[in-house]
Amino acid sequence: MTSYPTTWCRPPQIFTHRGWRIAFQVGVLVWFVLAVGTIDVNWERVVAGAERGLRFVNGFLQPDFTSRWKDISQGIIESLTMTFTSTIVGVAISIPIGIGAARNVAPAWIYYICRSIIAVSRALQEVIVAIFFVAMFGFGPFAGFLTLSFATIGFIAKLLAEDIEDIDEAQAEAVRATGASWGQLINYAVQPQVMPRLIGLSLYRFDINFRESAVIGIVGAGGIGATLNTAIDRYEYDSAGAILLIIIGFVLVAEYGSSYLRKFLQ
Amino acid sequence: MLRVKNLTKTYKTGDKALSDVSFSVEKGQVVGLIGPSGAGKSTLIRCVNRLVEPSSGAILLGDSDLARLGSGDLRRARRRIGMIFQEYALVERLTVMENVLSGRLGYVSFWQSFTRRFPPADIERAYKLLDRVGLMEHADKRADALSGGQRQRVGIARALSQEPELLLVDEPTASLDPKTSRQIMRLLIEICAERGLPAIVNIHDVPLAQQFMQRIIGLRAGRVVFDGTPDQLTDGVLTTIYGAEDWTAMRKDTEDDKVAERDAARELARIGA
Repeated sequence: MTSYPTTWCRPPQIFTHRGWRIAFQVGVLVWFVLAVGTIDVNWERVVAGAERGLRFVNGFLQPDFTSRWKDISQGIIESLTMTFTSTIVGVAISIPIGIGAARNVAPAWIYYICRSIIAVSRALQEVIVAIFFVAMFGFGPFAGFLTLSFATIGFIAKLLAEDIEDIDEAQAEAVRATGASWGQLINYAVQPQVMPRLIGLSLYRFDINFRESAVIGIVGAGGIGATLNTAIDRYEYDSAGAILLIIIGFVLVAEYGSSYLRKFLQ
Repeated sequence: MLRVKNLTKTYKTGDKALSDVSFSVEKGQVVGLIGPSGAGKSTLIRCVNRLVEPSSGAILLGDSDLARLGSGDLRRARRRIGMIFQEYALVERLTVMENVLSGRLGYVSFWQSFTRRFPPADIERAYKLLDRVGLMEHADKRADALSGGQRQRVGIARALSQEPELLLVDEPTASLDPKTSRQIMRLLIEICAERGLPAIVNIHDVPLAQQFMQRIIGLRAGRVVFDGTPDQLTDGVLTTIYGAEDWTAMRKDTEDDKVAERDAARELARIGA
């Protein structure tokens, strides 16, 4: 009769040596304390700003939708137009780039070209791109449209390429075995497998583009962000509050709408 | 019909999957390919339609050497070879009809296939095949709505819609229960007989192979170690292919399976299902 142990504990998974584990934990703590120490807080400025912040919060509590309604509605329509057009154009450009960036369906040289395009698009933050396009094409929604289209490419193409690389190869093999061409392989074996996700991602990106349109407006790329920026510059916090509430409302609607649609499409 | 000569496949990793495999298959002959996992059965049939690139050797289908074809000619050659897969390999989100019609992809233009406007003869053939495999009323269902046995029937219809001259069958029953396995094997054999279609069938179930195949080729570690009729497959031969094992016990297990199957069927009939 052998006796088996009655206690067991999970063996450490990342740092198997006790010394390394302790050294790592102490290291993180020291770094954190030192880093916090270097943050330079100007307490007088914080006190002065608190009063301004309070006015901002009060503006939120008593939002003024009416006095700037014309500007606000125009900004929202501009934002929605930018969001809609840039999502469609961005997704349309993303599809060929996404296919090209999938290792299992594209030859190596196309793969590297498409991956570079994605890397550039993802490396440049929307606000930076927006500043660049505003400098090139002037203030207004056209710069915003270009910015959001550009950002959409990096997002959709990357995730689409990853989804294509994850397809069930057996299905692709079966279609290839019938003598199908490359285009037919994409249409019959790849597209059915990635379509639901592509639609889901596009809806999600629509959502993101609306939110981003409010941010890039601040640097002059049109839309509701420009209206918001103007309101804050004029110290009209009640109008700014109204605009923010409207943005939150739209984002919520887009969020629930897109998640509902995605569920429906599955 | 099909002649494989000195076929060798060495993978990039240096693993030799096939060494110097030669055999030929005559018109109308159904050949079972048996052997342990990793013996190279899958690699062998995938070399025939070049889903796997052979390292050396020749694969003659009629007069053309499949191993030497360029990409365009290879596509035309693949149309002549139907393939049926383990786990069915249907495109799950396409309808049954689209899956069957995808057997015609090599014959139609991209635009025709993209718009799903196949020639009337193709559509007629697809319906005929669906009727033959007993799935007429499922034509517009999505492939993932079907059961395992039904999916494999769609797989068979897809392969046949190519009007192939040769059928490659990779473990057709690996994911099916014993009863459905036999039904599928029977259907395959019937269809091959109807059309005088030669077939190479990878199969790991020895009793099933003996029951249905006209000829059996045994592979071990990438070499042909047996080529003969099912009757010649003695315990001694099985030991050369698979290594030592109690073959009498295995045969008895299979008998038990069959008995259990019959009992289950009777039970099912009794409760009126």
